[in-house]
Amino acid sequence: MSVDKLALCIASFGIFAYLLAMKYSAKRFKNWPLYRLVLFVSGTLAGLQAVSGSVAMQAHHSFVYHMIGHLLLGMLSPLLLVLSRPMTLVLRALPQSGSKAVSHLFCSRYARLIIHPITAAVLNIGGLWLLYTTPLFHHMHQASWISFLVHLHVFAAGYVFTLAMLYSDPVAYRKSHMYRMVVFIFALAGHGILSKYLYVNPPAGVAPADAQAGAVLMYYGGDLIDLILIFLLCWQWYQTAAPKTSLPATKTAE
Amino acid sequence: MGEIHTYKRRNILSGFLFGVGLVAFIDEAVFHQLLHWHHFYDLSSTTWGLVSDGFFHALSWFATVGGLFLFADLRRRKRLIPLRWFGAVLLGIGVFQLYDGLIQHKVFRIHQIRYGVDIFYYDLIWNVTAVLLIAAGILCISLARRKQYVRR
Repeated sequence: MSVDKLALCIASFGIFAYLLAMKYSAKRFKNWPLYRLVLFVSGTLAGLQAVSGSVAMQAHHSFVYHMIGHLLLGMLSPLLLVLSRPMTLVLRALPQSGSKAVSHLFCSRYARLIIHPITAAVLNIGGLWLLYTTPLFHHMHQASWISFLVHLHVFAAGYVFTLAMLYSDPVAYRKSHMYRMVVFIFALAGHGILSKYLYVNPPAGVAPADAQAGAVLMYYGGDLIDLILIFLLCWQWYQTAAPKTSLPATKTAE
Repeated sequence: MGEIHTYKRRNILSGFLFGVGLVAFIDEAVFHQLLHWHHFYDLSSTTWGLVSDGFFHALSWFATVGGLFLFADLRRRKRLIPLRWFGAVLLGIGVFQLYDGLIQHKVFRIHQIRYGVDIFYYDLIWNVTAVLLIAAGILCISLARRKQYVRR
């Protein structure tokens, strides 16, 4: 119960902070687009639904609901939140000294390591393998603090991975589109292989029929959200690869 | 001159990727979802079969979307050679189907084409179709090349 309230508090604080940042950024820059607020709020609600809504209640008994929660918390919510560009908004809203400190943080060695596509993919997909193929899944249902940490990791790893693929917020030391696409294919394959693995090897304490339904959901649900990510990644490439017709002098063999 | 070669190659790449993605999608939609001939997992797969399936599945999404964006890029640059592109699509479809039919179905045993029937004729038709598509693809590409040669 306390976890529910904590999640609700964090969510409302997040939305409040986003609104406040929108107000402050509008003082110096042009208005922050409203659709990003919609993205942020829906992302927050999707995450909230997974940890404290009816999905979370059912998830204790049903693996299918656990998987719905996982899709919401680890994939959909991070995608929506990343697209709402919260870091950019924070950088705009803060006074110069504040945004300098934040950007210093983004350039730190730790941030560089975490946001590297390979690290982000390993944290995300590797974490899932760890959860479902070791006794961790069993322990998660025994102790609420383990459950809390697992949920936190699923969300954070999903967020960092999505950001490391899309670079919608300022990210230092960027990798090329091709690099990220290759990493993405590995990550997506790891997700698909894990779901088929779970189809035959249910996690401890899950009935086979329940595990099979959950695995199929994980496979196709993951596909659907990853398709959106793939589309966005390719769309970014398409925009950056546009022929520079207005400046023929600088045209290269790009 | 080098640029022209780049775009010629990109015609092939775009078509091939789109072909692979298209056939993977048809496979999923028709044989898995509509006919229910294929199974999600029939328990006789080898470990490598699962890995191969996972990678091809991931790749097929990228192939479809990426292939179409490359197509759009070629059109935007007015470098599309339709027949060459179409030939590459057929080639992509054929190569993937042959890989699916020979390696994934037979060697890795991910799943069979259909269950409870004599599988031999299904396999035969599947793989012969694949070879025919590859031949048609190569034919289209060489026709496109000849047409361009004549035009110059």
